[in-house]
Amino acid sequence: MLSEVTFGQYYPSKSFVHRLDPRVKILLLIAYIVMIFTAQNFLGLIASLLFLSLTIIFSGVPIGSVLKSIKAILFLVIFTAILNILFYSPKQGDTHLFWVVYVEGLISAGFLALRLISLVMGSSILTLTTTPVSLTDGIESLLSPLKLVKFPVHDLALIMSIALRSIPTLANETERIINAQKARGADFDSGNIIKKAKALVPVLIPLLISAFRRGDELGDAMDARCYSGSKVRTKYKKLTLSVRDLIAFLVTVVAFAGVILLNIYELNVLAYFAKIWG
Amino acid sequence: MQAIEFKNVSFSYGDGDSRKEVLKDFSLTIKKGSFVALLGRNGSGKSTCAKLINGLLIPTSGTVTVFGMDTKDKSNLFEIRKRAGMVFQNPDNQQIASIVEDDVAFGPENIGVPRKEIKERIDYALSVTGTEEFRHSEVARLSGGQKQRVAIAGAIALLPEILILDESTSMLDPKGRKEVMEVVRTLNREKGMTVIDITHYMDEAVEADEICIMDNGVITAQGTPNQVFAQKELIAKCGLELPVSAKIAEKLKSAGLPLPEGILTKEALSDKLCELLRKI
Repeated sequence: MLSEVTFGQYYPSKSFVHRLDPRVKILLLIAYIVMIFTAQNFLGLIASLLFLSLTIIFSGVPIGSVLKSIKAILFLVIFTAILNILFYSPKQGDTHLFWVVYVEGLISAGFLALRLISLVMGSSILTLTTTPVSLTDGIESLLSPLKLVKFPVHDLALIMSIALRSIPTLANETERIINAQKARGADFDSGNIIKKAKALVPVLIPLLISAFRRGDELGDAMDARCYSGSKVRTKYKKLTLSVRDLIAFLVTVVAFAGVILLNIYELNVLAYFAKIWG
Repeated sequence: MQAIEFKNVSFSYGDGDSRKEVLKDFSLTIKKGSFVALLGRNGSGKSTCAKLINGLLIPTSGTVTVFGMDTKDKSNLFEIRKRAGMVFQNPDNQQIASIVEDDVAFGPENIGVPRKEIKERIDYALSVTGTEEFRHSEVARLSGGQKQRVAIAGAIALLPEILILDESTSMLDPKGRKEVMEVVRTLNREKGMTVIDITHYMDEAVEADEICIMDNGVITAQGTPNQVFAQKELIAKCGLELPVSAKIAEKLKSAGLPLPEGILTKEALSDKLCELLRKI
């Protein structure tokens, strides 16, 4: 059923990460991405992966759902890794394997792949633990300083939330139109991709027209409820920071500091481990 | 002061040849606290009336006033819309937010109500419409009747004195229709809200204090349900039917049962039939 498709991939739960303020989550995701790109060696990357695992554990999201997000970019990861191996420019003292492949090339390709994967996994944690509605609230609140330069933040947020709320309605409508066209003998399942795409035209046109009609009625409904832009508007939902957000912030700061330290003291750390293990 | 006054209102769509006159020299007064049903077939102009009340449409000539405020004056519109809430036909085309609570908050937010009071208004609107249990649900997952009750809650959150139902029950199943009408009745009887119900369900109209029948942009009959439904020929001429119970009573009478005139509701019919049974 199309109508059961919910937007995004939200995994309902009341975990620590779920209850974080959406603004904090967005900012921490940005911090995490910067952290991944700050890490210059495998140790740093492993540290940020540890941070990610900690987040996954505290989000209560099954690891399978997080790993699913990698599937979509698997091709991209493999493709960039291969390019990296083929176009590696060898330096003095690199170990040549065969043709244009060097050990160092393989290592740098692996490093890049790991970086990409941890990037996508981190972002999927945000969408898995935040509803689209609170994500919109978070974005609106984070963008609110732009009001100073007359950027229509409120209108943008309203457009986003109406778009979100229209998804189930339009999904239902699409299903109805497809059924109606099928009842008239339309064929959506056979033929090549071009033929299939052409078969969708008689679905899209009524859908578009009905979306306009709905939009028109929605405009009336908004007028009837005194909508007049953002002039006098107040906001019912207020995002509030809590101790939880502070803890999440501090943990991220510690992880970030760790990654920077590992960048600087990589050799010392390696030597230390070498000493422990003899 | 009257709640709503239409004075010699005409309204037409389009220009030139495609011009279509929907209302012709239409006059109607609606008293504060009354429950008025507007009946008429499709295209009789009843929905246009609704949109004229809160200024979504402006009359071509004549005036519409709400509590003495002219809808032609743009500076009045905000106040008029605050005092005359409206619920539309399609439950899917009138909600703004995904979550029930946020959707009900939309109206109060628009008029700049402080946050604490918005919460009180949501509590009130949800409890009057019996939708508290859906407060944090997604509107998309509710049934038609539940969606329309949420839509009423959204209108009431502005604390209006008039509630306009523009065929609000026409897309609902009988159960949903009953749910919505129960809420509307409570609002009218207990909160003294003026209700204008635009409908083509006769059984719904029977509950009103006053019925107006419209045809071709003019009022053809007006009065209490008993007065209006007594004009059987006129009702048929306007493309309408009698309420089901009235039709059954007619049939029983023509079959020889000594039933009195003016039976319109299920309850009245069963009472009279029981009376007859007792006499036998």
